[in-house]
Amino acid sequence: MDKINKTYLYSQHQKLGAKMLNFGGWHMPLVYSSQIEEHHSVRNNSGIFDVSHMGIIDLIGDRTNDFLRLLLANDVKKLDKLNKDFLALYSCMLNLDGGIIDDLIVYRLSKDRYRLVLNASRFDRDLQWIKQNIFDDIEIVLRNDLSMLAIQGPEAEVHLGGYFNINDRLHSLRKFNAFELDEVFIARTGYTGEDGFEIMIPNENAQKVWTDLNNYGVKSCGLGSRDTLRLEAGLNLYGQEMDETVNPFESALAWTLDFSSERNFLGKKALQSSSNSVVKRKLVGAILEGQGVLRNGYTVYTDKGEGEITSGSFSPTMSRSIGFARVPSDAEGKCKVSIRNNKRDIVLVKPPFVRNGKIIIDRN
Amino acid sequence: MSDIPEDLKYTKDHEWIKTEEDGLFTVGITDHAQEALGDLVFIELPEVESNLPSGQTCSVVESVKAASDVYIPLSGKIVEVNNLLSDSPELVNQDPYGDGWLFRLKASSSVELDDMLDSDSYAELLDEG
Repeated sequence: MDKINKTYLYSQHQKLGAKMLNFGGWHMPLVYSSQIEEHHSVRNNSGIFDVSHMGIIDLIGDRTNDFLRLLLANDVKKLDKLNKDFLALYSCMLNLDGGIIDDLIVYRLSKDRYRLVLNASRFDRDLQWIKQNIFDDIEIVLRNDLSMLAIQGPEAEVHLGGYFNINDRLHSLRKFNAFELDEVFIARTGYTGEDGFEIMIPNENAQKVWTDLNNYGVKSCGLGSRDTLRLEAGLNLYGQEMDETVNPFESALAWTLDFSSERNFLGKKALQSSSNSVVKRKLVGAILEGQGVLRNGYTVYTDKGEGEITSGSFSPTMSRSIGFARVPSDAEGKCKVSIRNNKRDIVLVKPPFVRNGKIIIDRN
Repeated sequence: MSDIPEDLKYTKDHEWIKTEEDGLFTVGITDHAQEALGDLVFIELPEVESNLPSGQTCSVVESVKAASDVYIPLSGKIVEVNNLLSDSPELVNQDPYGDGWLFRLKASSSVELDDMLDSDSYAELLDEG
């Protein structure tokens, strides 16, 4: 159980001199050379991330659609649209109290076949919850045979298209759409706030694809830059902004909840009964005034009560510290944060901070 | 792997101390420390003229991923800080034993210097991991 897993790119990362860390039970690259350079390469050019630690499962069976409409807080019915490509949907999976078990992406591969991409650190819990609720005629297939790479940045399309010789196909692929080409699954998705793709390929091809894309000029990037990129893009990280004790209303994820039909989903009752009384906190962005760096766990003081920094770091694009804060629902504007016993000024804002290479919010 | 100049003294907390010709001591963090922290983005320096006992936190170096305390290695008075670091914290990454120095101090006594590690002992400390 406690064994640390390795992706099929482990030796590749070592060869490239990566500093490794244990992330969600996996040996993953934190940084290859400079985290800030890796960050900028994704904002300005392109970078490649090993995200093979994430769990991929396929659910197969005639009633999979019905099951997922029960399991997920967003509605997979949105994926039924006639389309030549597969469609992807971001959703939370909730416990019966409305707490977030995991956040995930679901792809509709066909009428009776769906694919889920799950967080590494939550994989065991996710599987347990899915098995506890699944219909007997649905098969769960663990796709341990696949490695997953994220190729992100404004030049991702050109490099990936050039490499697989599919420039036109990639160019016409819309956001949150995917297709399969021989053994390669390509989706226009990501976690960086830039254009980009996440691809799933047979494990045995992972090293070659990585090396080849490096040779095309796509820079190796570690989870360190992935974290600052997602933070600037205003994207939550499980374990920081989300866990089983907070619901989507408190995590800036109300937009992922689909109450538009009579559909029942796990956690719905709790959210409906408490949505007025329980939502006392909200998740917002925070910008630190002056020097210093916001970190997870720092206490935030607002005139409506205390809150907490859930994620904080240095934004390489904005050259200042930004973060997320969970604060009382009616808190806004200027407030204070405690950094090593000093009260410092922060401003609460609505993320994202940066999208497609451009700063959207800044305060001086 | 990391650079450990022979003419410096070291602490277990990965700081280096250089005895200057004027009897002052210059302090910084080691190559190993900057490597482990990664890209530095902010450095909080001690106040000049402050008198501190050895081992007291007097400075903080923050990288993208973590904040790390810096302790004053010898009891004494801070006489100068490296103001270049407020705009260019990356100097510590680029030149930890040179332009990336943190502060200079006037020690109350030189006795405490004997407790510091020499380059061989510091190298051993790193080997032990």
